[in-house]
Amino acid sequence: MIRKLILSVLGLVWASAASADFALNMRAGVTELSAETYAIHMLVFWVCVAIGIVVFGVMLVSLFLHRKSRGAKPANFSHSTAAEVIWTVIPCLILFFMAVPAAETMIKLEDSRNPDMSIVVTGYQWRWHYRYQNEGIEFFSSLASPSMQARTKNSGVDPFSVDNYLLEVDRPLVVPRGAKVRILLTSSDVVHSWWVPDLAIKKDAVPGIVNETWFRADVAGTYRGQCAELCGKDHGYMPVVVEVLEADAYAAWVAARTGSND
Amino acid sequence: MADHGPAKGITRWLYTTNHKDIGTMYLIFSLVMFFIGGSMALAIRTELMSPGLQFMHPEFFNQMTTMHALIMVFGAVMPAFVGLANWMIPMMIGAPDMALPRMNNWSFWILPVAFSILLSTLFMDGGAPAGGWTMYPPLVLQTGDAFPFLIFSVHLMGLSSIMGAINIIVTILNMRAPDMWLLKMPMFVWTWLITAYLLIAVMPVLAGAVTMLLTDQFFGTSFFLAAGGGDPVMFQHIFWFFGHPEVYIMILPAFGVVSEIIPTFARKPLFGHDSMVYAASCIAFLSFIVWAHHMFTVGMPLSGQLFFMFATMLIAVPTGVKIFNWVATMWRGAMTFETPMLFSLAFVFLFTIGGFSGVMLAIVPADIQYHDTYFVVAHFHYVLVPGSIFGLFAACYYWLPKWTGHMYNETAGKLHFWASTIFVNLTFFPMHFLGLAGMPRRIPDYATQFADFNTMASIGAIGFGLSQLIFVYVLLTAKQGAKATDRVWEAPRGLEWTVPSPAPYHTFDTPPVKRVAQESFQ
Repeated sequence: MIRKLILSVLGLVWASAASADFALNMRAGVTELSAETYAIHMLVFWVCVAIGIVVFGVMLVSLFLHRKSRGAKPANFSHSTAAEVIWTVIPCLILFFMAVPAAETMIKLEDSRNPDMSIVVTGYQWRWHYRYQNEGIEFFSSLASPSMQARTKNSGVDPFSVDNYLLEVDRPLVVPRGAKVRILLTSSDVVHSWWVPDLAIKKDAVPGIVNETWFRADVAGTYRGQCAELCGKDHGYMPVVVEVLEADAYAAWVAARTGSND
Repeated sequence: MADHGPAKGITRWLYTTNHKDIGTMYLIFSLVMFFIGGSMALAIRTELMSPGLQFMHPEFFNQMTTMHALIMVFGAVMPAFVGLANWMIPMMIGAPDMALPRMNNWSFWILPVAFSILLSTLFMDGGAPAGGWTMYPPLVLQTGDAFPFLIFSVHLMGLSSIMGAINIIVTILNMRAPDMWLLKMPMFVWTWLITAYLLIAVMPVLAGAVTMLLTDQFFGTSFFLAAGGGDPVMFQHIFWFFGHPEVYIMILPAFGVVSEIIPTFARKPLFGHDSMVYAASCIAFLSFIVWAHHMFTVGMPLSGQLFFMFATMLIAVPTGVKIFNWVATMWRGAMTFETPMLFSLAFVFLFTIGGFSGVMLAIVPADIQYHDTYFVVAHFHYVLVPGSIFGLFAACYYWLPKWTGHMYNETAGKLHFWASTIFVNLTFFPMHFLGLAGMPRRIPDYATQFADFNTMASIGAIGFGLSQLIFVYVLLTAKQGAKATDRVWEAPRGLEWTVPSPAPYHTFDTPPVKRVAQESFQ
């Protein structure tokens, strides 16, 4: 009975694994710091895997060998100071070696000095507003209309037929490749959070406070994220899209935008 | 006095000051809440079965996530452990009852009132609270008519918890059997003593936080309103100063339960009893200085982030000590695998997985990517469901024969265990992948690349929900099994096994003398 149940569940897992293109892991992203973040994530992950193999290994061996049905006789030991010291000190050392690279990356993440450009990002229920501080460009960025039409309850539109369902906006944020972009975040109503996984940036937009973060995208392309802090009924419908252009294409975009703010 | 039995009819339950009656009421109440909160979880998972909105509007979805959390945290897990404390602590320390029996009655009867108020908000104008159980302003201030009722019910829950905690501390410190000095106490009693101190320390903080929300909304203050010079982030600091100890309030008693059960079924003393006590105390202390790790994206100074990262990582050390000690308890024992042992082993295994994701979440650069994604949802459900809830199941199966005087249906118990374990992993393991792939939490609809794992999680959740009906079957048939002996199991230790099964209405009218040492493994 139990065996059958396990087998059918495994079959289900395998079947869905074979038929899908789903991502299993964090992406390395397109900035120096997103790559570092990814490396730290993998480091901690493998450390956990190693500890897991040791701890669960010992436990499984014990579950197999030390069972009454195999005639095991219980020992009677109940403490060992040496053992307690060993399994206190070793984890401390492991933690220390994980904390050092993490702290190094944190210091870089917080260093938003000397940016090439600054953009003020303001959260609204439920869209983003972008204002380029020196270029004089500003605009709202809302969920694109194909997604908007498909998202209503029983809309009759298959989400799979919509390109980038819920991850497309009418006007993306456009930035040049290789420039250090400082993002200044605030909100006009409730707390939002501006997140683009490929840029390894997530920062809260809090009313009355201006938060700072930065990125430098090394690869041109379109990067998608979402609001990450519950902000009301349409929290799931305020995506963030960042388009990274080559310098000349970006200059052309700025020229076309200037004077046509909306 | 010893044959003084319970009153007849409904007044027995309304007026009772008996720790066993009150414990039973707590346990039944929390089971009811577990099913109400669980059906909300199933509503959530049904909507998330596939992309697009099929069953509910986003407003209602947010009400479901908020209410599911409030009910499970304050209505299911916490009262269930208080119920266990009521039943078992007096019997484990050789006391006739709780120290403050009338307050005990009151602290229970507040709960049905508090949750009736909370559940009634579902039918109010503007619906139930939908700003998340964390109640962050300014969003929570957009709640409709439900807002003051939310605050009042949180106040009542806090009141009940504080009284329960005071009662437990007074009982443990004053009513132990003569030769049971503190370090002789069973681990369940120890972890509850620590938990009770945590409760007294942080529930008033939560009450203060929600009171400030109330005055911001109705009395013109601006504690958290930027326009009036307040700071929305301050609420988050205050909330998580409560919220982080709160997660240990929900897990420490489960540590205690598992520390009782593994030695019984390994037929071997708990390894490192004293270091377990120190580890639990360490965890409790550290829980007060790590709160801002819930807020790494909120915009803290670098020094603050570093402090909270290091402090958080440190928690892994005492938690590791506990896990190593449980494994060392199993080592060279003679194990059998009755249902309580199965749940305890799954607890050690799956709680450790939740611990691993906890260490990952402590690492700030990685946390910036994980924060507010399904990775976090996976993490805290791993420590709460196969952690706290499995601890509760283990405890119920372990002590049920002592409560009813009959052995429960072991086949049904094992079926309950295997179904729960398989489905809980099917539900929550894929959520790790969803979070890493970029799915934010608390959204009613999602991009299509997240569809497959969400379907798996939803199937798992429905299976897990249905599996709990087996538990109800076990409880309903609990009195039909063979008569339980007084000791119930082959090799349990502790004063609770020296009284008859079922435990009579009054136990230890006179303190047990010189029985502690022979019941102790040490």
